[in-house]
Amino acid sequence: MTKTGFVIANLFRKKTRTSLTMLSIITAFLLFGLLQSVNALFNAGADYLGTARLITQARVSFTQPLPLRMRQEIEGVPGVEAVTQSQWFGGVWQGKDQLIALAVDPMRFHQVYPEWDLAEAQWKQFADTRTAMVAGRKVADQYGWKVGQKVPISSNIFPMKNGSKDWTFDLVGIVDGRDQEWKDKATQVWINHAYFDEENQFGSGSGGIYLIKLKNPDDAQKVARIIDAKFENSPDETKTQTEKDWNLGFVKQIGDIGLIVRWILFAVFFTLLLVVGNTMAQSMRERVPEMAVLKTLGFSDGSVLGFVMAETVALCAFGGLAGLALATVAAIAIQHTGIPLPLRVDWHVWGLGVAAILLLSLAVGLLPALRAKRLKIVDALAGR
Amino acid sequence: MFSQIFAITGVNLKSIPERWGPSLVIVIGLAGVVAVFTALLAMSEGFSSTLAATGSRDIALVMRGGSEVEVNSALGRDEVDLIKLAPGIRKGSDGKPLASGEVLVIGELTKKGDPTNSANITVRGVEPAGFVLRPKLKVVEGRMFKPGLRELIVGRGVARQYDNAAVGRTIRMRGSEWNVVGVFESGDAHESELWTDTGVAQTSFGRNGYSSVLAALESEKSIKTLEAALKADPRLNVDVVTQQTYFSAQTKQFRDTIGALAVVVTAIMALGAIFAALNTMYAAVATRAKEIATLRALGFGGLPVLVSVMLEALVLSLVGGLIGALIAYVLFNNVSVSTLGANFTQVVFAFKVTPALVGMGLVIAVAVGFIGGLLPSIRAARMPVTTALRAG
Repeated sequence: MTKTGFVIANLFRKKTRTSLTMLSIITAFLLFGLLQSVNALFNAGADYLGTARLITQARVSFTQPLPLRMRQEIEGVPGVEAVTQSQWFGGVWQGKDQLIALAVDPMRFHQVYPEWDLAEAQWKQFADTRTAMVAGRKVADQYGWKVGQKVPISSNIFPMKNGSKDWTFDLVGIVDGRDQEWKDKATQVWINHAYFDEENQFGSGSGGIYLIKLKNPDDAQKVARIIDAKFENSPDETKTQTEKDWNLGFVKQIGDIGLIVRWILFAVFFTLLLVVGNTMAQSMRERVPEMAVLKTLGFSDGSVLGFVMAETVALCAFGGLAGLALATVAAIAIQHTGIPLPLRVDWHVWGLGVAAILLLSLAVGLLPALRAKRLKIVDALAGR
Repeated sequence: MFSQIFAITGVNLKSIPERWGPSLVIVIGLAGVVAVFTALLAMSEGFSSTLAATGSRDIALVMRGGSEVEVNSALGRDEVDLIKLAPGIRKGSDGKPLASGEVLVIGELTKKGDPTNSANITVRGVEPAGFVLRPKLKVVEGRMFKPGLRELIVGRGVARQYDNAAVGRTIRMRGSEWNVVGVFESGDAHESELWTDTGVAQTSFGRNGYSSVLAALESEKSIKTLEAALKADPRLNVDVVTQQTYFSAQTKQFRDTIGALAVVVTAIMALGAIFAALNTMYAAVATRAKEIATLRALGFGGLPVLVSVMLEALVLSLVGGLIGALIAYVLFNNVSVSTLGANFTQVVFAFKVTPALVGMGLVIAVAVGFIGGLLPSIRAARMPVTTALRAG
């Protein structure tokens, strides 16, 4: 019998126990995978946004719109390549679904975000049609919008001049991302700011926040400081951050929930450690005489230690990987149910999972393995 | 037969200390399940009760039609005057309608110990009637703001969690300095806000009008009168809801999300705990095979053996559940946390570990113990006496 065969045979000696232990490891890693992907939402989130863009908002809060005249001043700052205003529209689809609808300057927006894919002719149409809107692929598919269609969107903030909050826009294009990460993000709706500005009842001249593309990402801090200094001590003081920090701040607002997720992870892991640890210890206790026999037959202390460790690692690895696979499938299933939670069990979560598997095997396997190594043949055979 | 059950169960339970290791698996497994379950729902409970405390049935909130939340709403001065004169609104002691035109703007403060990240905080401008409408609100430190000055009183929740929200400090908003002159307590969602005078808020934030009107109703039924009158007025386009309806709608989403999370996490963990319990109880039965067989040979029935193993599993689970509930209580009860509320501002609230939640947690623990104990106890009862006696 080979060494591998020996380890496997030992594992399946008590089928019930091995399969039950395996099942508890699988459930634990299923939970680990899902919770880690939730955790990732709170922590990193916006890695791919990079630092090539800045966002300028009112110092007091991003909900306080900045005046439109500031755009020209920001455009004049050295190092700035393009600037667009972006005003939250408070869009609502059919009286219930909140849309991420933003009023932007079409051509400037196109310059700031080259990552969004749309034919040049359509960008031009977006700019030239007063009532135009473009929609991200995901949101267009979700509601079945077709190019050329009139889309009624109401705003829960801005009434039109006639007092109605039911706006209508002409869909002139469907925007897709140029790679997978951007494709996943194509959930927004953009409307022409010029039309919004002249038609909304609260009066014109407000720009919302400013999205800025830099010539050189290394200048981010310098440019941000220059912009903020420009508007200091005015009623419209600004706060300029990289797009990444801005998004991160947004997510952090959801608050202490990330912390609670970590607590849960800790509880799950602690529980798991004890369950598996105990099972391994028990199976070792039962096999003390066998180990002695192995040693009598001439197996070295090291190889006995190896046997025990191999058993633990096999059990943890098998259960852990199966659990992570299940979590991956579960996350995909959650995506398909339409719950707006971009859970993804990606390589990052897998990496952490594998690290956890190794840690777990070490933690639960080392003590019994060392015990097996130090075993004195005479004592063990005598049952002492 | 009962005497048999008592005898065997007694022996089993008394021998638990002899084999702590395996039994501990059930106890700790269930402590984990119940602690996680209780903690998650205590969070949902705390959030809901904070908002529910804010909502009263005889106070109406009037916002611009279709706004859904106060921060989206805007009402002109003329509109607010019209609303205040509408029928159904109670008169105050001065004979004027008991109604407060309020302005809601959003400011940013940084969290204590994390100066890089700022959070949205509601800044509410209120009229004097606003304090009559919220009788629970008391200034507990410092003094009330003076109308016309850039002075703020801050909620206890904000004071606890954010920088500069303390008496004597200044908060900078829109190019001007605001003095914090007092801290208030109200036991509800307002504790997450900064309050000032409506007029000052309007001038400082460049607002011509108001966000909403809060009005005392003559009685709970007057909401209908008020709503009918305001809807009939062609000069107005507003939504009228009781304060209670407004806040309970806001808790729904949070409750649903946390509820779903709790169900999924608890279900998966409970499954893991069942496997662990099965493992432990199978092992317990196996190590005692000889003992059980001896009992059977002495004439003890199969049922008492079955019941005794079940009871052992149940007792261990219950102990685990109690420890879990205790952990949740000690670690989380009254811990203050904050999250983003419907107005896109922070709502500070505290975990509430209620007896009902602990009860539910214990029911889960017992259920897991029951399932985990069932199969092993059947095996124990069916064990053939002769083979078991020989095996040891």
